[in-house]
Amino acid sequence: MKMMKKTLLAASVAALASSAAMADISDGKLKIGVLADMGGVYADICGQGCVTATEMAVEDFGGKVLGMPIEVISADDQLKPDVGSAIVRKWVEDEQVDVVGGLVSSAVVGAATKVLTDAKKIALISTAASNAFTTKQCSPYNVHWTYNVAALANGTVQPMVDAGNKKWFFITADYAFGHALEDVATKVIKENGGEVVGVARAPLSTTDFSSYILQAQSSGADVVALANAGNDTVNALKAASEFGLTEMMSVAGLLVFTPNAQAMDPNVAGGMRTTTGFYWDLDEQTREWSKRFMERHGSIPAMGHAGAYSMTMHYLKAVEAAGTDDSDAVIKKMKEMKPDDFFSRNATLRADGRMVHDMYYVEIKKPEERRDGDDIFKVLSVIPGDKAYAPILPECNFK
Amino acid sequence: MATFLGINLFGLFGQLLVGLINGSFYALLSLGLAIIFGLLKIINFAQGAMYMLGAFSAWLALSYLGINYWAALILVPLAVGFVGVLMERFLIRPIANEDHLYSLLLTFGLALMVQGFFTHVYGSSGQSYAIPEALRGGTKLPFMYLPDYRAWIILASVVVCGLTWWMIEKTKLGAYLRAGTENPQLMQAFGINVPLIVTLTFGFGVGLAGLAGVMAAPIYSVSPDMGSNLLIVVFAIVVIGGMGSIGGAILTGLGMGVIEGLTKYFYPEASNTVIFLVMVIVLLLKPAGLFGKEA
Amino acid sequence: MKINKLYLVLLLLALVAPFFLYPVFLAKLLCFALFACAFNLMLGYVGLLSFGHAAFLGTGGYVTGWLMMNSGLTPELAILLGTLTAGALGALYGKLSVKREGIYFAMVTLALSQLVFFIYLQAPFTGGEDGMQGVPRGKLFGVIDLSDNISMYYFVLAIFLFGFWLIHRTVHSPFGQVLKAIRENEPRATSLGYNVNDYKWVAFTISAALAGLAGSTKTLVFQLASLTDVHWHMSGEVVLMTLVGGVGTILGPVVGAGVIVTMQNYLSSGELGNYLHIIMGLIFVICVLAFRSGIVGELQKVWKRNFG
Repeated sequence: MKMMKKTLLAASVAALASSAAMADISDGKLKIGVLADMGGVYADICGQGCVTATEMAVEDFGGKVLGMPIEVISADDQLKPDVGSAIVRKWVEDEQVDVVGGLVSSAVVGAATKVLTDAKKIALISTAASNAFTTKQCSPYNVHWTYNVAALANGTVQPMVDAGNKKWFFITADYAFGHALEDVATKVIKENGGEVVGVARAPLSTTDFSSYILQAQSSGADVVALANAGNDTVNALKAASEFGLTEMMSVAGLLVFTPNAQAMDPNVAGGMRTTTGFYWDLDEQTREWSKRFMERHGSIPAMGHAGAYSMTMHYLKAVEAAGTDDSDAVIKKMKEMKPDDFFSRNATLRADGRMVHDMYYVEIKKPEERRDGDDIFKVLSVIPGDKAYAPILPECNFK
Repeated sequence: MATFLGINLFGLFGQLLVGLINGSFYALLSLGLAIIFGLLKIINFAQGAMYMLGAFSAWLALSYLGINYWAALILVPLAVGFVGVLMERFLIRPIANEDHLYSLLLTFGLALMVQGFFTHVYGSSGQSYAIPEALRGGTKLPFMYLPDYRAWIILASVVVCGLTWWMIEKTKLGAYLRAGTENPQLMQAFGINVPLIVTLTFGFGVGLAGLAGVMAAPIYSVSPDMGSNLLIVVFAIVVIGGMGSIGGAILTGLGMGVIEGLTKYFYPEASNTVIFLVMVIVLLLKPAGLFGKEA
Repeated sequence: MKINKLYLVLLLLALVAPFFLYPVFLAKLLCFALFACAFNLMLGYVGLLSFGHAAFLGTGGYVTGWLMMNSGLTPELAILLGTLTAGALGALYGKLSVKREGIYFAMVTLALSQLVFFIYLQAPFTGGEDGMQGVPRGKLFGVIDLSDNISMYYFVLAIFLFGFWLIHRTVHSPFGQVLKAIRENEPRATSLGYNVNDYKWVAFTISAALAGLAGSTKTLVFQLASLTDVHWHMSGEVVLMTLVGGVGTILGPVVGAGVIVTMQNYLSSGELGNYLHIIMGLIFVICVLAFRSGIVGELQKVWKRNFG
């Protein structure tokens, strides 16, 4: 039955293709799959919002590429690597998906990119943080867009160590992302003459951080670094203030997305510094796009949302320029063309798939500094891309 | 910093206290399970879901009806207990004469449904519930800063557990209960409405879970899976304490919290595993559990 | 010999299915069918509800996955070793648990499997929350490349048929007759001179090994082993599959696994994805309240009533 449907589809596609002779799209349709966390701890960061951002890019592009319609489908990875990789496998093997975007949790993305590379399909990673996708697990088909742990650590840790905070304690999310962030940050701390006095590894989605906070308290550190994300950061900060930790030492949120910053008590979070790849209120351009996003999604965009839009747009432009949806040709074009929009400033997509662009060192505003609920970050400085990101590794230099 | 034999005492006491707080929740939940099991020989797999329901009800009551924490502390356990009464009357009683495994599976299914419903409606990321005004702040102890709210949890749970134990083991009402379990026919013959007692007891056991849920809301984030993660630990505690033993459930609950706290200090990696390790050891040495009678 | 004809038709269907349906989906279905059959050996034929069978599924999966990534063994050997490890774990757990009965047995197996879960969560070789990613499928006997989905499917089918045959043989052997006698009336079996606990223990070990076989195979199909396979939800899912299909029937678990896996497959990608757990819970409740014999059990009743 399904077979028959496919043959029918193929026949009608062939008929269509002959009328639009120049198009070289494999099955008469460009299909973008968005894999995101629809109901978990990262749902506000890259869930339905990433699907919306991707759809916006497709609409802004005109809904068609090389004369063929573009379709966006989406699925919930439930933050589980097995679920995510099974969905992606089904997409590329059974449902003719051409490219997969979204891609949130590092654990899921690690599993999904392996399937995609085997199938020679491009992975557009918007919100995962681990730097492994362009280092240890690099692949010619990986494109890592918004930020990574190296940029976060370089952006946030260095200025804090320079300011005299030498002793660090980590509360780390116990999976790929947390480990990667802790590793890179530790390196930066040591290179700048600081030391790590302790580490507590908390499972993903921990609700009660009190015992980790107590460990941090008795460690004698200057800074407690939260190497986690999403609600984990919010909950850790909540426990830190409940147990009086915030009065004893400073807390550094190494990764704070805008929705999470909104969920934090401004009295506690105010003054905390972090690094971000995007902030909605940078200038006219970002405000214009963010306003459109807000109208559709109901809240201000997190950096992953803006990244999802920007990378989809760049991918579609590359398909148009290459005249085909063949992954090898498209990825070559993507790396040749310079990404340039409201999100990607002074940007290049390197041979290893890392998109290098300006990052922002920001401070969470104190209650008295805030205009309204959406007024969260104060930009302290712009970090040029080549300062923020680690250099390309020779073994990942895919031409 | 005070140290003894190279041990950082401040850190150790802190972890022990946090362990005792977790133990308070373990005790409340395993007490509810033990009461239900003792009377009905049912393992209530929905106990975790009822705990979650308690936390969510408190949050919903505050957000939509403006019912504050103290009122919720009374109202929510009653409401959750009522859900338990309905569950027993309309779902569990019809299969009371089947193998007890079926009631375990039934409550497992119910737990999935309740959890699935809340995930569907509120997402799994969790809601936050503010600590009541009167219990904000804390006390500076020599070895740690103890938030008032956490101290309140230990106190409240010990009082509730103690009262329940006294009621079941030392009062006339408790005697009826125990007799109703041992020999329902005889009690029925004495003119005591055994089915009613069974239903109310089930409701009470479930209500305890609801109470634990309200108490947990301000410190753990209120999320649909908060119960299912805790439930498995509580099961292990009930097995260690000896299934059906009321006092055993309370003592083991508090004790396991403390052991978990100790492990968190000396070897944090094993803190999740240690309760199950204890369980295996207890089963090897005393198969009926620490306070259980050999079946 | 109607039963044999039924099996023949089913086998033919299984052989042609990958040309019409997505082979990886079919392979997943077979893995879970085998898992449910292994579980049913305990619940259906010994009368013991194990709430910890995920431990064996996961152990098979992790051991096979690790061997495929690190040892250079061919897939059939890696699966064999994964199965044996799960069997050994089963033998150990059986020693601790078979003396308990009914609900106590369920609780003990649940807690033991939870111990396994936390060990895998912490052990470095499993990859913790990330799972064991990128397991190569390898070449069967060093010759047949399993990265082709169709070849993989037929390999899984062969494994499933072997497991199914083994369970069928066990159930219909003198050993299986004793198991049934224990289920029906344990004191009587004891008084007839059978060492009841030994029989239960052997059955538990076989069941664990076959669950491990299912897990090993599944890891190869998905090239990934993860904590989902050892989580207690998985232990619950296999109970559901068996219950839906029919406890104590030889085909029930296969049908049940088919229904549940298909349902998950279609629900998870559609609008109803959010309702998956609610629907699964509802099926549980309905089965327990109204259809305790499951699909195959009910069909058998209808058959007996009308034709028997």
